[in-house]
Amino acid sequence: MKIRIIDREKITPGDQVLALVFSVLAGLFVIGLIFLAFGVNPFFAIGKIFAGSFGSIYGFKETVTKAIPLILIGVGLAIAFRAKFWNIGAEGQLLMGAIFGTWVGLNWGPHLPAPVIIPLMFLAGFIGGAIWGLIPAFFKIKFAINEVISTLMMNYICAEILIFLIVGPWKGKTKFGFPYTDDLPASAILALIPGSRIHYFTLGLALLTVLVLWMVIYKTRFGYEVREIGENPEAARYAGIDFFKTTLIIMAISGGVAGFAGIGEVAGLHHYLSYPDSISSGYGFTAIIVAWLAKLNPFFVIIAGIFFAGILVGGDAIQISLGLPAATVEIFNGTLLVFLIMGDYFLKHKIRIDFHVRPRTIKHET
Amino acid sequence: MAGISKFFHGIPANRDINLTIEAGEILGLLGENGAGKTTLMNILYGLYQPDTGEIRINSEVVRITSPLESINMGIGMVHQHFMLVDNHSAAENIALGYKKVPFFFPQKKIKEDIVAFSKKFNLEIDPLKKIWQLSAGEQQRVEIIKALFNGADLLILDEPTSVLTPQEAKDLFRVLRDMKRAGHLIILISHKLDEIMDLCDRVTVLQKGQIVGHADTVDVDKKTLARMMVGRDVIFDIQRDKIPPGSRVLHVSAVTVNSDKGYPAVKGVSFDIHKNEIFGIAGVSGNGQRELVEAITGLRKLVAGSISVNDKDITNQSPRKIYNSGVSHVPEERIKFGIAPGLYLYENSILKQHHLEQYSKNSLLAYGSIKSHAKSLVDAFQVLTPSIYVQTKDLSGGNIQKLILGREISHDPALLVAAHPTYGLDVGATEYLRKQLLKQRKAGGAVLLVSEDLEEIFELCDRIAIIFQGEFMGILNSDDPQMEDIGLMMAGSLRIKST
Ligand SMILES: Nc1ncnc2c1ncn2[C@@H]1O[C@H](COP(=O)(O)OP(=O)(O)OP(=O)(O)O)[C@@H](O)[C@H]1O
Ligand SMILES: [Mg+2]
Repeated sequence: MKIRIIDREKITPGDQVLALVFSVLAGLFVIGLIFLAFGVNPFFAIGKIFAGSFGSIYGFKETVTKAIPLILIGVGLAIAFRAKFWNIGAEGQLLMGAIFGTWVGLNWGPHLPAPVIIPLMFLAGFIGGAIWGLIPAFFKIKFAINEVISTLMMNYICAEILIFLIVGPWKGKTKFGFPYTDDLPASAILALIPGSRIHYFTLGLALLTVLVLWMVIYKTRFGYEVREIGENPEAARYAGIDFFKTTLIIMAISGGVAGFAGIGEVAGLHHYLSYPDSISSGYGFTAIIVAWLAKLNPFFVIIAGIFFAGILVGGDAIQISLGLPAATVEIFNGTLLVFLIMGDYFLKHKIRIDFHVRPRTIKHET
Repeated sequence: MAGISKFFHGIPANRDINLTIEAGEILGLLGENGAGKTTLMNILYGLYQPDTGEIRINSEVVRITSPLESINMGIGMVHQHFMLVDNHSAAENIALGYKKVPFFFPQKKIKEDIVAFSKKFNLEIDPLKKIWQLSAGEQQRVEIIKALFNGADLLILDEPTSVLTPQEAKDLFRVLRDMKRAGHLIILISHKLDEIMDLCDRVTVLQKGQIVGHADTVDVDKKTLARMMVGRDVIFDIQRDKIPPGSRVLHVSAVTVNSDKGYPAVKGVSFDIHKNEIFGIAGVSGNGQRELVEAITGLRKLVAGSISVNDKDITNQSPRKIYNSGVSHVPEERIKFGIAPGLYLYENSILKQHHLEQYSKNSLLAYGSIKSHAKSLVDAFQVLTPSIYVQTKDLSGGNIQKLILGREISHDPALLVAAHPTYGLDVGATEYLRKQLLKQRKAGGAVLLVSEDLEEIFELCDRIAIIFQGEFMGILNSDDPQMEDIGLMMAGSLRIKST
């Protein structure tokens, strides 16, 4: 018997949907086994996850809340991944956005009305995230430093900077010595949809970003250049596309929208800076899966973002009600990502098993 | 091969093909661009699976589902598009799939084997150079050595000589004849009818995926073959009118350019090209042609010297600025540089021109005019494609080349820099392209033609420079009697002072 892997020549959109559904189901199956190992009925647990996130009004509102940063970051990553720039640093870019935006809010907020200060904070958030994205881009172009490593490392640097700020110079006077900044002034706090934690300003901004970036990718000259670089960098150079400039713009956008997410979280939910883990529950990493699941298409990012937000919310729910370890959600996400990537692989290749193989060669008679 | 059919998106690329080949025979496979030759051979090599039909070897049905399997069965293939790993050296590429690699110290042994091998067959390569540092011609030599190295019983050659010099092709054919005498089977795809006539015992002609004729080469001549392929008479000798050259377009002065390894590949070369003139550069590939072309088109920095177009200095300017000053470029490695394989045909039809006003207003792409431009290119250059909405990588090799040529010529450049422009084109398309180049020339265009195909150079060029190790061995007018010595000049053993 012999097992071989061969290329699949035709891939129809139907195949793609099938691969997607199948990988999610296979992923859920393995996750189910993990639940079994913990002695929990997998159907019950998985049912509970989706019931927790989509099964009730309250749960769904939470899901939308968590989808906001995932959509923002996911769509930014989609554009970077399209140019084959592997930005793993969205978590750091988010935090830097939060730092910049909060500084503006704390310092200028008391003197300015909401319609002025909030755009300013988001602008600052964008700039912060963009700077954090531009640094590794610059190193990649100038010194050919692999962006996977540099963007990943920049996450840790940013987290340390944030901790330094909240325990040191920015520590709040009203916080009884806790490592938090002071609260943002009232004008710098985002309104919520009543009865929920949905900060609709950021939600609107996220949807607008999706629309704009979709236009940018498919309708503009710049988007053409981005796709060109992603498809064939050599041909892009031949075509006179400025690799340096284009990569910088891509990373400014990708980092900048992650910065939006960061300041959105602070101004909408937390109202002050605290430890990195409480500002972001790994949105920068989960968004990588979101972008991937969405096949780097901005509109699909919305759906994928809501799906993964649901898993985050549902995961929290079962963690509490079933007493599972805190890492459950991460295991859940990680398993799904592995299966999504595998699904992609099997979409492009197929496996053939031959039961009778005799080795054969061409013999020529002379 | 019996009853082989293969469909792509419902369109047949091969239809009910029956093909037999016997030991000790060289079979020629002919057909227009997109006729289905490569597809058929890829099926035999295990890259594609046929939708219907079967392959029999020694009257036993076999299923070949991967190249690895076909290598093990003794099938070797030289691909039309080089399938080499860019970041690996020539030796490493050749060793991939090589059966006799020793476990210990493989590199030394392989290197020695390769050097000995390439000496024997007169296909010189530097085994330690990385593939991305090699010119198209050198890569082709690597591909051939790779296929021969394994001693295949059935050898498939898909346009193996497209960028070889006549001498190299001759040496290759000598090898092939030896193999044939030893009882090997060989299938040769080529658009060069002389080669087919010279080498093959039989030919099979494909048209639109179907076999339309067989012939023994002793019974037919070039004209007949061409007619079998395209269904009409093809003119091989085109008329080049005498036109006096106009004002100077390109001025290259004492240009020195480094290779990727950092030593000079072009050494102080100077020449001019005028309006109404086609200027050829002849030489064995790897002698600095690629570097010179890249310097002129802005892809490579000059170490010394200067270049100007229409008296405007373009030395070391960006590719886009140089394009905007009227320089078009048909690159030698079309798949690697000329297109983005995953983008649609219409998107690739404006590569390099996408910044022009007619295709992007206020930085928004004008899809309407892009698509109509793509359609007109497809029509004018007879690019065989189901529509402009296909991914460019799905076109046949010759049709990709037609698309690039059309794109680069259609904007009436002041200077067209073309490397191996007819590489991979069928006889009909070659005829059309040559006419187009002469039309450009008549209309006041200047053309820099880099080619290994001397016949093409003689036919088209007004003046010819012979390059050897980065230096010009002379610049001759096309009617110069010293042209007889061009072979010596290409080998570097004769230098003629330009007049
Ligand atoms: N992977 C693919 N997907 C879709 N269509 C394909 C694919 N490969 C080839 N085709 C189509 O099949 C037809 C035959 O292509 P093929 O490459 O076999 O031509 P060819 O005879 O080798 O031509 P050339 O002389 O230009 O190399 C073409 O119309 C091409 O567009
Ligand atoms: Mg072909």
